[in-house]
Amino acid sequence: MLLSILPQVLVDGLTLGFMYAVVALGYTMVYGILEFINFAHGEIFMVGAFVGTEVLLIADAMGSLKGMNPYIALVLMLVIGMLVTGALGVGIERIAYRPLRNAPRLVPLISAIGVSFLLQDLVRFTEAVARNEFYLNSPILFNNSINLGFASIPQKALIVIVIAIIMMVALTLFVNKTKWGIAMRAVAQDQTTASLMTINVDKVIMLTFLIGSSLGGATGVLFAQNYGTIDPYIGFILGLKAFTAAVLGGIGNLRGAMVGGIILGLLESLAGAYMGPLTGGAFGAEYKDVFAFSILILVLLFKPEGLFGEAVKEKV
Amino acid sequence: MALLELQNIHTYYGGIHALKGLSIEVEQGEVVTLIGSNGAGKSTTLKTICGQTRAREGKVFFNGTDITNMRTHEIAQLGIAHVPEGRRIFPKLTVRENLEMGAFSVTDKKQIEEGIERAFHYFPRLKERINQKGGTMSGGEQQMLAIARGLMMKPKILMLDEPSMGLAPILVEQIFEIITELNREGMTILLVEQNANQALTVASRGYVIQTGEIILQDKAENLLANPQVREAYLA
Ligand SMILES: Nc1ncnc2c1ncn2[C@@H]1O[C@H](COP(=O)(O)OP(=O)(O)OP(=O)(O)O)[C@@H](O)[C@H]1O
Ligand SMILES: [Mg+2]
Repeated sequence: MLLSILPQVLVDGLTLGFMYAVVALGYTMVYGILEFINFAHGEIFMVGAFVGTEVLLIADAMGSLKGMNPYIALVLMLVIGMLVTGALGVGIERIAYRPLRNAPRLVPLISAIGVSFLLQDLVRFTEAVARNEFYLNSPILFNNSINLGFASIPQKALIVIVIAIIMMVALTLFVNKTKWGIAMRAVAQDQTTASLMTINVDKVIMLTFLIGSSLGGATGVLFAQNYGTIDPYIGFILGLKAFTAAVLGGIGNLRGAMVGGIILGLLESLAGAYMGPLTGGAFGAEYKDVFAFSILILVLLFKPEGLFGEAVKEKV
Repeated sequence: MALLELQNIHTYYGGIHALKGLSIEVEQGEVVTLIGSNGAGKSTTLKTICGQTRAREGKVFFNGTDITNMRTHEIAQLGIAHVPEGRRIFPKLTVRENLEMGAFSVTDKKQIEEGIERAFHYFPRLKERINQKGGTMSGGEQQMLAIARGLMMKPKILMLDEPSMGLAPILVEQIFEIITELNREGMTILLVEQNANQALTVASRGYVIQTGEIILQDKAENLLANPQVREAYLA
């Protein structure tokens, strides 16, 4: 009985894990360059979910969704969601973080928390005005399942995983093979010296926010398609979990964020399914968030540098 | 007007008055050296030229352009390569990637490959290490990489901050030979050194800096013969 649900639990965990992984990339990229935790990143994800869903709802209302190839609809949602959240991330950096770059570390952090609340309320307000309700039910583009016998994989979960993998591979290639990607790593290692190489550090930081935010926004689109219902507060818990994943993998490390996200998603899914039965019902699925954050605390206590990070040393 | 000209520069670190009315000129094609003891303000001079620290007073001209208030990456783009104190290799980038970053402003791929070939010509050791991470190389290899990286942009002036620091005598010899060779090919060089003897041997002119002020300036051979210099810096 317990074992028979395992394949399903793993599929759920992977779907969740890939979403954590892509959002975690946004945290880790910004941290790698600015040593700053962009707490508004979860809200960027949320905005992506709303923008993507609104694209779909508006297309539906105009009647152009009927007969449209669902893959084209998905690409449209992703592209518009990424453009909006990418621009949003760049704008937030310019307005709320850059002026504080030489301020004590706590100051931009507080600014980020302020931006989070602002985005939550802005989305809530906009949706309340436009639709009288602040949560949205998204039409789901892909409703089929692929039956493998021992498990059935929902098509929408497969899409989350495939698109997440495409984004992760693209980012890895960009960072390792292109001039601007290498410049991004150079800036993360030594900003002063990077500027001696004619690299415009501000531009690289902008690019980092652009990429990280649009990846987060795309994940929001996928999230809405996978779970169907979204509200302005979905970025909070998911953001914290993705941040946990980034810490688990070693904050600042791209591979760490990817692996950390997938591990966290799998563990959470396993815990949600099996904690209840294994503890005789004492700790049910409702404790899965506690479980995830316990991992954060354990990592911080025993391996603060994470799975792939290097032992923390002060930058010279 | 000289290629590089510092006019009456005053630079501060908070309350510390690091450069006190410093004036320096470097003509096209020269090797000029700036010598002085620890804390004299040599590195601060180079940092002020490339905008890493700001002059509170005075002006820096390069090729006739006032660069005093330009941003570091813009100054570098004009053709000023600064090989900083302590090498500052990107430790997690490979040798090749470090070199490519040196050529960040170069858009022509062929020119980049030629630059890398030229780097191998000066420093054959780098060729064997092309895919090694910068941070795992020896101090001497890192210094070679730092200089090679500086050359990648085909600068109009190369500023070297104590390139001989911490190197074995044979390597120091080699670095100074390369400085001479580069200059023979037309490169203008501003060389900061504590190793005054060798610096004055390769340079045509020199400045002696002490607590933020130029106390002597002359042809290199005169400085080499100057008893005051001999006592303080050539002992
Ligand atoms: N970032 C800084 N903050 C405060 N003071 C500084 C800073 N950098 C340099 N100084 C001070 O400015 C003065 C000049 O320093 P600078 O590094 O230019 O000396 P230097 O001639 O390069 O010495 P060395 O040969 O040891 O490298 C010194 O008194 C130094 O303590
Ligand atoms: Mg110095």
